[in-house]
Amino acid sequence: MSQSISRRKFLENGSKGLVAAALIPSFLRGDLTKAFATSKGETMTLSDYYTHFGVDEKIIQEVIVQALSRGGDYCDLYFQHQISNYIGLEDKAVNRAYTDVAFGVGIRVLKGDQTGYSFTEEITPKAMKLAAQTAANIANETKKIGSVKLKVKNVPSYYPIETPWELISIDKKIPYLQTINDKVFAADSRVIKSNVSFSNDTSYVLVITSEGEVTYDYQPLGQIAVSVTAEQNGKREQNYFDLAGRRGIEFFTPENINRLSSEPVKRTIALFDAVKPDAGEMEVVLAAGSSGILLHEAIGHGMEADFNRKNVSIFADKINKPVAEKFVSIVDDGTNPNIRGSINIDDEGNLSERTFMVENGILRSYLHDRISAKHYNLKSTGSGRRQSFQYAPMPRMRNTYMLPGPHKKEEIISSVKKGIYAETFTNGQVFIGAGDFTFYVKSGYLIEDGKITKPIKDINIIGNGPQVLKDIVMVADDFEMAEGGWTCGKNGQGVPVSMGLPTVKVSKITVGGVNS
Amino acid sequence: MNNKERLELANWAMKHALKSGANESVVSIYNSRDIEIEYREKKIEKLQESTQSGLNLQVYTNNKYSNHSTNDLRKDSLTKFIEEAVAGTKYLTEDQFRSLVDPKYYPKDLGKDLKLRDGGYEKIDSADRVKLVSEVEKAAMAASDQIISATAGYYDSYYETTRVHSNGFVGENKGTTFSAGAEVTVKDKDGGRPEDYCYVTTRFRNEIPSAEYLGKEAARRALRKIGQKKIESGKYQMLVENRASSRLLGVFSGAMTARSIQQKSSFLDGMLGKKIASEKLTVIDDPFIVKGLGSRLYDNDGIAAQKRVMIEKGILKNYFVDNYYGKKLGWEPTTASPANIILEYGSKSFDQLLKEVQKGILVTGFLGGNSNSTTGDFSFGLIGMLVENGEIVKPVNEMNISGNAKEVWNQLVELGNDPYLYSSYRVPSMLFEGIQFSGL
Repeated sequence: MSQSISRRKFLENGSKGLVAAALIPSFLRGDLTKAFATSKGETMTLSDYYTHFGVDEKIIQEVIVQALSRGGDYCDLYFQHQISNYIGLEDKAVNRAYTDVAFGVGIRVLKGDQTGYSFTEEITPKAMKLAAQTAANIANETKKIGSVKLKVKNVPSYYPIETPWELISIDKKIPYLQTINDKVFAADSRVIKSNVSFSNDTSYVLVITSEGEVTYDYQPLGQIAVSVTAEQNGKREQNYFDLAGRRGIEFFTPENINRLSSEPVKRTIALFDAVKPDAGEMEVVLAAGSSGILLHEAIGHGMEADFNRKNVSIFADKINKPVAEKFVSIVDDGTNPNIRGSINIDDEGNLSERTFMVENGILRSYLHDRISAKHYNLKSTGSGRRQSFQYAPMPRMRNTYMLPGPHKKEEIISSVKKGIYAETFTNGQVFIGAGDFTFYVKSGYLIEDGKITKPIKDINIIGNGPQVLKDIVMVADDFEMAEGGWTCGKNGQGVPVSMGLPTVKVSKITVGGVNS
Repeated sequence: MNNKERLELANWAMKHALKSGANESVVSIYNSRDIEIEYREKKIEKLQESTQSGLNLQVYTNNKYSNHSTNDLRKDSLTKFIEEAVAGTKYLTEDQFRSLVDPKYYPKDLGKDLKLRDGGYEKIDSADRVKLVSEVEKAAMAASDQIISATAGYYDSYYETTRVHSNGFVGENKGTTFSAGAEVTVKDKDGGRPEDYCYVTTRFRNEIPSAEYLGKEAARRALRKIGQKKIESGKYQMLVENRASSRLLGVFSGAMTARSIQQKSSFLDGMLGKKIASEKLTVIDDPFIVKGLGSRLYDNDGIAAQKRVMIEKGILKNYFVDNYYGKKLGWEPTTASPANIILEYGSKSFDQLLKEVQKGILVTGFLGGNSNSTTGDFSFGLIGMLVENGEIVKPVNEMNISGNAKEVWNQLVELGNDPYLYSSYRVPSMLFEGIQFSGL
């Protein structure tokens, strides 16, 4: 099985018209937006959510009884209302807008390791009971359970924003795109095309389990992405830059708008001088920031506990064993303020946390959802995530990064005789069992005799997860989190994630160059 | 929802969009029923069953365009949804090219039966589905004692769609798809657990190969990876297995769209009528293949489907031109995207092609990598087998191929007679000379 990640997936979905919803506010039922606007800093109440989804405790009890009527051990109900918007500028005009509204409830029944799942887009007692009955069929007994005592669990707030996205109308967003476009063309006369997009997501979720746990959350996402094409002496190049996170519109400050205008131009122009490195194994230095894609592919997917429970991951027998140098510590963290992969609760209602996958070189913990935590008799790490109410959750990453190490960026670069410095990336993929993983370097530099020299572009890097962990020979003290809109794909489900890295040196890895 | 109800809802939504201020509009509605089973260790791992529906609304108002989807089909929700969609569109910038396609491009005849729906779908019950996956798992596990895990999977879907264009087109569509197969993980000597899969997708249930074949083939593919290692970087012949070949054609398809031409991000800009590949390469877009996974009578713009030669003996003959970017370029539209891609196949079987490899790599799958449609540069990770003197020697992995499409496609020397049938890209095995591989 292979897992893949693509930062452009969100955008592509938008351009196909699959993602994206209402352009102007006021269509929410119930009092949610009012609650949000009036009780800033306070907690919204369960009754706001019940009103919004048109349910009450009585019907929820009935659905739980139905879901467990065939002898299931456990069930959960995942209510979601998600509104996604996309507006795009092309040829100097904001001439497209896409919206998508998804509304429904997913019902999951567990019997040991087995899952029964169904969902309905009609939140009526009849439709919910039918879905519960379908999911219940994973078990095959007849059972009658009593009512469940429901209790609301308080959740932390890792991504406060000033105004929920559904209250920001399209006319407030359009000027951002026009400003960026003007600045992009002003930045360099070689620019011939610029595409700018503004995407945002607002998602209200309510999770209720048959153990009586009730949690709810508001999950925002915001992103501006800029793609630039430039021409020089008849040759064309294209590159890209974006800023994304669990952010509100206040994130797009004048300073960030300037970065969104200058950075993609700089990155595009640099490609005119780019060469391809030699083919074969060489030293690779990963720049601080989005190079964290290395961790996502080399170790992150292999540490998702469903693969280990099934014994199909290359990390399946390595817990508490040394896997890297002592200065290597790698975490998967859902608690970073306003970062794209952060979650207050996972999609099973468990609190998010910072999980050490590798601590001082020792492999420590897999990423667990409810099923795997039960299998290993451990507490969930809050990693059970899903794309939407239409999918059952499974262990997923959040923000995956390496803690700072003892070295300096300068000493790392000067230690390289012949290698590359990899700076920006588009996508990666991994075989969980064999451990082969790849990531695609959009741009970077050659390193020759300890010095950064010519720019490089468009090369794939391929390595083996456990081997590359061993080959991490230097880690700098300059940690950075990725800023772009990464989306991770697994079994057909996409979830927002982020990643980070200090400057890191890998002693050898295969680079997809052109001459050998 | 049945056909009549869907059409009524679409017409009602259309009427409401026009009444709210849209000049033109497209409404499409779908329903589907989807069932998915995962099976391992002699029991069901996961069973998912659901029905879903959705409405998509395209709004054109004074040459302004927006596109909206919702799965909340209650009339009161939709009323508000449509009104806000139209009202919000007015804030966009006018764009003279935003209008529906000229009705002359709509299909004249919607009567042709492409056989996209299995009439036996309704008769398939959950016992049939479970029987298939249990047999697939059993066949896979029986193949070797080196197998750590086999997961069998089954999926089927029945869908119905209706679309209405305000300038006079109504299209209705029904179809089924079936997928089945297995994923197998095996033990390797050094702690690795190589995995591979065999999954097929078809329009009809009876086109799925036997459970025995699916399980055994997944196991065979995983087992032959045992001992895989990268080898020396260098130039090798490259034989790409049919099921992996479409990845290479993907380097072309992104650059063949009117959007990429108009946005100046295509290395095929200005290449119409010129040689872009070896004369061995002829690529045809055929929407009319009976039971084809990509078959259709009209595309997303409502444009009547047509069979077209896209690349003929290495010469670029056509682009994929949709309504909007066609208007922007001043070009006649062709179609927004490929339906089924077929090639002019060669005369040799896969085994015969293998015999022609003196020193080369048989690529059985790609891993990651990407391509740049503006320049044609690409770089892909891969797995495969080292071939010497026509014989498979050993498995290889952790290698890349890199290059530029303009060069690599000229190194194509032969195609097999073995198109892969379980994809809308019916591509055969392909043999290339002098490809740069990077490994050790």
